[in-house]
Amino acid sequence: MTPALIVHRAGPGVTVQDLGRPGYLAFGLSRGGPADRLALAEGAALLSQDEGLAAIEMAGMGGEFEATADMRIALTGAPMRATIDGTRIAWNASHCLAAGQRHSVGAAECGSYGYLHLGGGVAADERLGARSTHLAAGIGRMLTPGTRLPTGPDKHPGAVGMTLDADARFEGGTVRVVPSLKTEFFDPNQIARFEADEFRRDSRGNRMGVRFLPGGGGYQNEAGLSVVSEVIVPGDIQITGDGTPFVLLSECQTTGGYPRIGSVLPADLPRVAQAQAGARLKFRFVTLEDAVKAELLEQVRRRGLRRALRPLVRDPRSMADLLSYQLISGATAGDDLERPLP
Amino acid sequence: MTPPDATDGKGPDRTAFPQIRTVGTDGLLVSFGEALSEPANRAALAFRAAIEAADLPGLLETSASLVSAYLRFDLCVSDHATMKAALEALLASQDWTSAPLPGGRKLWRIPTVYGTDLAPQLEEAAAVAGLSPDDAIASISNARVRVQTIGFAPGMPYLGELPPDWAIPRQTELTGQVPAGGLCVAIRQLVLFPVATPTGWRHIGQTAFPLFRPDDPEPFALRPGDEAQFIPVMAEQLAAMRNAPDGGAAFEVLP
Repeated sequence: MTPALIVHRAGPGVTVQDLGRPGYLAFGLSRGGPADRLALAEGAALLSQDEGLAAIEMAGMGGEFEATADMRIALTGAPMRATIDGTRIAWNASHCLAAGQRHSVGAAECGSYGYLHLGGGVAADERLGARSTHLAAGIGRMLTPGTRLPTGPDKHPGAVGMTLDADARFEGGTVRVVPSLKTEFFDPNQIARFEADEFRRDSRGNRMGVRFLPGGGGYQNEAGLSVVSEVIVPGDIQITGDGTPFVLLSECQTTGGYPRIGSVLPADLPRVAQAQAGARLKFRFVTLEDAVKAELLEQVRRRGLRRALRPLVRDPRSMADLLSYQLISGATAGDDLERPLP
Repeated sequence: MTPPDATDGKGPDRTAFPQIRTVGTDGLLVSFGEALSEPANRAALAFRAAIEAADLPGLLETSASLVSAYLRFDLCVSDHATMKAALEALLASQDWTSAPLPGGRKLWRIPTVYGTDLAPQLEEAAAVAGLSPDDAIASISNARVRVQTIGFAPGMPYLGELPPDWAIPRQTELTGQVPAGGLCVAIRQLVLFPVATPTGWRHIGQTAFPLFRPDDPEPFALRPGDEAQFIPVMAEQLAAMRNAPDGGAAFEVLP
């Protein structure tokens, strides 16, 4: 029988996510995929596997899981309290979850979206060419107790106990934006105020987008409410009728009529998605040229994540993790942590 | 840095069309008009098809909106200057505003409940348009509208063009949640929602037409260029059609 992860309990926003489904934009279906694409890359690096494999996205709160066979797991994104059979395990790290063990993931300690990756990936059925749940489109749904998630073939069984310094992106900060469609509807004073303003992440937000409350008044523009609808991309900062910015994320609509004051760089979008309610965020315009350079650098950095892995147990405070490696039962040669990853 | 207008790919003259602009960090948009018009809409649909056919290195995805064609490309494979040059060459190759509409177009007749508690903003929309509710229903249901683009949500059509009375703006505040199949109006257009959605458009009619069928071999019911007419029915009739194929709608293929 195919190894599987059984969901015993799941928070209200736990879904399967891969890189999403490009190609349906012309039919009004946005690409979707994880709210934090960097987290998917980090999980793939920790398990030395393909970034396109599906993982479990947990919005704000995790759940309780059980493996039907020994499997590798990795945890990335917003740090959450995680245990295996009651023993705390490190976030941003790979671990072994043995058959029958209970893996529990609690609420986010900071940030919004945590990720649970499985060796071989979640092999849920593909729909329209991808495994991503797209809640806004009604493709797939939130995971509920009793769900069995089959895993794909794991090419590196046993390769666990690695960690990665996570790119800090969970408590707001400054994100870079480029001017985009309809930025010209905002006069220079509005743009200057927008760059100087400090925004608070509103409690309203989901995989489609998040609202940010201005420090001062709302943002006015000359576009009015009758502008022809135009294409929207993730990162676009839409100013709705009341002058409040709404940053669009992976499940955003594909077109819209509200003017956009700018568009967040894809490299910085994880910081927007991960900001928890109340987190403070600033926007800084960069030129398109600088944005392209930043994107290319980020691509190179993400491709190099595997080289940034370190063995987890160098830190004696993490020694408890060893318990999950079955050293006592002799299931490993005991040198796992010294061996380079395949 | 502040208002960055030299960097965003816009030419000095923002009134000249076609116009190529940047979208976000990795997208380009070719627009054929500032406001919706039949020729600009034709051009957008045909030009998007031409981009797909041109096999440009690094091309990731395309779409057509009402008056524009969009493309997203891989920054590791190509760059803005190369993509823009390719688009300019395509633009120069023919008069896109007189391009033919897509082939195999359909005319759909879609049963619709106007007003009632199923579509609570009919009277308000009629008032903004300066019409009585009965005249509003007659005006919308007699109009044969064309799918100008599919966008916003999966399979969701923007349909037009309605008579000039309907040049009404969107609302400032969003309507909380319009259910799937909801027919809404603004700026001489209709939209029909595939899934429940908050919107700035006013909810004037309710249908049972499934626009997006993710498990069907043909997941999207409508294509740009298709036409539709929203036929008035009573709420009880619509209730009976909820489980019928196509929500009681029927089509004929246009010549």
